[in-house]
Amino acid sequence: MKRLLHLSLSTAAVLGIFAVAVKTPSVAAQDVPNCGTEPITVRGYFETGFDLPFRLTEEFSVQYPNVTWDISQDQFANLINATPRLLSGDNPPDLIRLPTLVSFATQGLVMNLDTYAEAFGWNDWPVPQLNQNRVAEDGTRGAGSLYAMGLNYSLTGIFYNREQAEQIGMTEPPATLAEFEALLAAAKEADLLPIMQWGSARSGMGLAFPLQALMASVGPVGPINDWIFQTPGATIDTPENLVAAQHLQDWITNGYFPEDINAIEYTDAQARFGAGEGVFIFNGDWQNAGYDASMPGNVGFFLMPPAEEGGSPAAMSAPLTFGIAANAVNADCAAFFLNWVATNEVARQIGVDVGGSNPGGPSGLEMPPVAEGSITNETLAAGPVVGEAGTSMDFIANATSAIFAQGWTPELQEMVGGLQDAAGLLQAVQAEYELQLSE
Amino acid sequence: MTTSDNRPAALAASRPTTKSKNARREAIIGWLFVLPALLMYAMFVLLPLLMSIQYSFFRWNGIGPMTWVGFDNYTRVLSDPDLLGTILNSFRLVFFFSFIPVALGLVVASVMHRMATGRLGAVSRTVLFLPQIIPLVAAGIIWGWLLALPGLINELLEAVGLSALTRAWLGDFTWALPAVGLIGVWVLLGFCTVLLWTGMSKLDPALYESARIDGASWFNEFISITVPLLRNEIGVCLTVTVIAALAAFDIVYISTAGGPGNATAVPGIQIYILAFTEQRIGPASALAVILTLLVLVIIIPIQRLNREIK
Repeated sequence: MKRLLHLSLSTAAVLGIFAVAVKTPSVAAQDVPNCGTEPITVRGYFETGFDLPFRLTEEFSVQYPNVTWDISQDQFANLINATPRLLSGDNPPDLIRLPTLVSFATQGLVMNLDTYAEAFGWNDWPVPQLNQNRVAEDGTRGAGSLYAMGLNYSLTGIFYNREQAEQIGMTEPPATLAEFEALLAAAKEADLLPIMQWGSARSGMGLAFPLQALMASVGPVGPINDWIFQTPGATIDTPENLVAAQHLQDWITNGYFPEDINAIEYTDAQARFGAGEGVFIFNGDWQNAGYDASMPGNVGFFLMPPAEEGGSPAAMSAPLTFGIAANAVNADCAAFFLNWVATNEVARQIGVDVGGSNPGGPSGLEMPPVAEGSITNETLAAGPVVGEAGTSMDFIANATSAIFAQGWTPELQEMVGGLQDAAGLLQAVQAEYELQLSE
Repeated sequence: MTTSDNRPAALAASRPTTKSKNARREAIIGWLFVLPALLMYAMFVLLPLLMSIQYSFFRWNGIGPMTWVGFDNYTRVLSDPDLLGTILNSFRLVFFFSFIPVALGLVVASVMHRMATGRLGAVSRTVLFLPQIIPLVAAGIIWGWLLALPGLINELLEAVGLSALTRAWLGDFTWALPAVGLIGVWVLLGFCTVLLWTGMSKLDPALYESARIDGASWFNEFISITVPLLRNEIGVCLTVTVIAALAAFDIVYISTAGGPGNATAVPGIQIYILAFTEQRIGPASALAVILTLLVLVIIIPIQRLNREIK
């Protein structure tokens, strides 16, 4: 679940960094909020299992020795549950990993960052980067005041096992959905597992990845983002999405996924893919370091191809969202840190090396170098493709805080078990969505 | 301290006797001993219970203002087929968490009582009781591995030629609930066995001796002596295990988190998701109150039956 939820907002933008004209950020050096020179302790609340924020804070203290960190951490599921109470408590963390944004922003629990955006010149950064973390007064996302920043901007797609892909005759990534489906059939024919994916309720149903990729391959991304951003009247139950869900159901009945998918945890799926089980896996660039380690030189990446020849590939992409508590004691220092992460050379290098994703920041900054042979080269190269096409999406699991646990996961598991069909899946999830929004 | 000298005359006239004075003093001392535990109980059991009842009548996200909604949350919970399905699942779990451990526990304890009296008995009791002291989180993870498709249980089935039966037990719509139940049997069997064995050790051996002289078999002894005389212990076992089944959370959350679909979803899991993931404290509290009532409705007859038989 946590990986899925990692993807919050759209990245059409994030990656739009590359498409936007080079512009130097204008930051007045002396007036901007900072961490001062007196010793201070900044409190953080991070997600367990993700090194990036921890490594960044370590480096930050090296560069600014007066700052020490007091960091608590939790697994993602616990993080979701504890965040409202932590933010509304007497002593909230200064810097916090935000699993979802809208409810905390509308409840006044996270700080409005507009003043900082002004002071640091964030408003001059490529527009979509920030828009993903904006919330309007009516609770719609995508425009309005800024409530969070991304530590980096992840991208999803299809990773593949090079040796096995060669075995089924894949010489270059498929250009259309039909070509991709032919490869899946070829893999099945060759007695290989076509797609490794996770699907236990504990990890959260990983079939949401291929489903959303199919949705964006078959139809436009706009309505999907509307649904995720809770635009009034938005529905997931559209004719295009029905076609997408039918493709997924076919994949399931064709035996393209492991038969025990409903019991596979996220980590087990990665281990099994790394050990050679599965030609393809739908996942995001946060797993890059893991794939580099488990299958060095043998892993490739491509974006989900469009259904129509000559169409644009689409991807789920989202910032690793961090915010500042509304009552934070060291808000200035936390904001300074968020700015530093995107602009400091060492920090950006850590962002790429450890996080595996685009570090964002002002346009015109060079992308930090990546080790030769690392899969990160391929995922970073794929970013601008989606950025230019404007086909990035937030994740359907992030539409509401419980839509994943109460909607997608059980319904997709039932589809695997033959108890749910494509139409029923979309209807059930839409009903759950409306129920949750009515609360 | 008040002395008798400055008491009003009327009170002085009805001054209690030394005996009852002592009794009262003892009662006060008794209460003082109980007080710390009572305070804790009030703070961590009674108060949350009352607060849950209060919340169940409100619409509240846990942070903002609370809105009175009367019985809305209850009607909502009782009309949601998914939530009612979780209650049905918890009744299915009663079979695994309660009936099997108690029945099997009786047999195992009886065999131990009769045959394994020395070191062997002590060792087997320890082994059976071990699941009680292993943290359930660790146990749940280990069971997850054992029951996985590439896990030991499927390997064993394959080794004995039953490869047709292999499956991802915790991911199978038909078998996930029995598989979770099996973990419950593993956890609770030791508890029941040790409790029942202790009860058996207190039974008068003369009863068994006379039965044996009359030519009673092990089975006859078991049915006519052991089970009737252990009614009290069986009652305790049933009470504890039925509560464990109806209020199950940890075993289910660690092994399947309610999946696949809602095949193993129990009220405990739904309460957790409603309250913490969805921030819908009202319906979560209403479901919790309903669950508490349900447990009472089932446990009170067991208790009463137990008492009447005694």
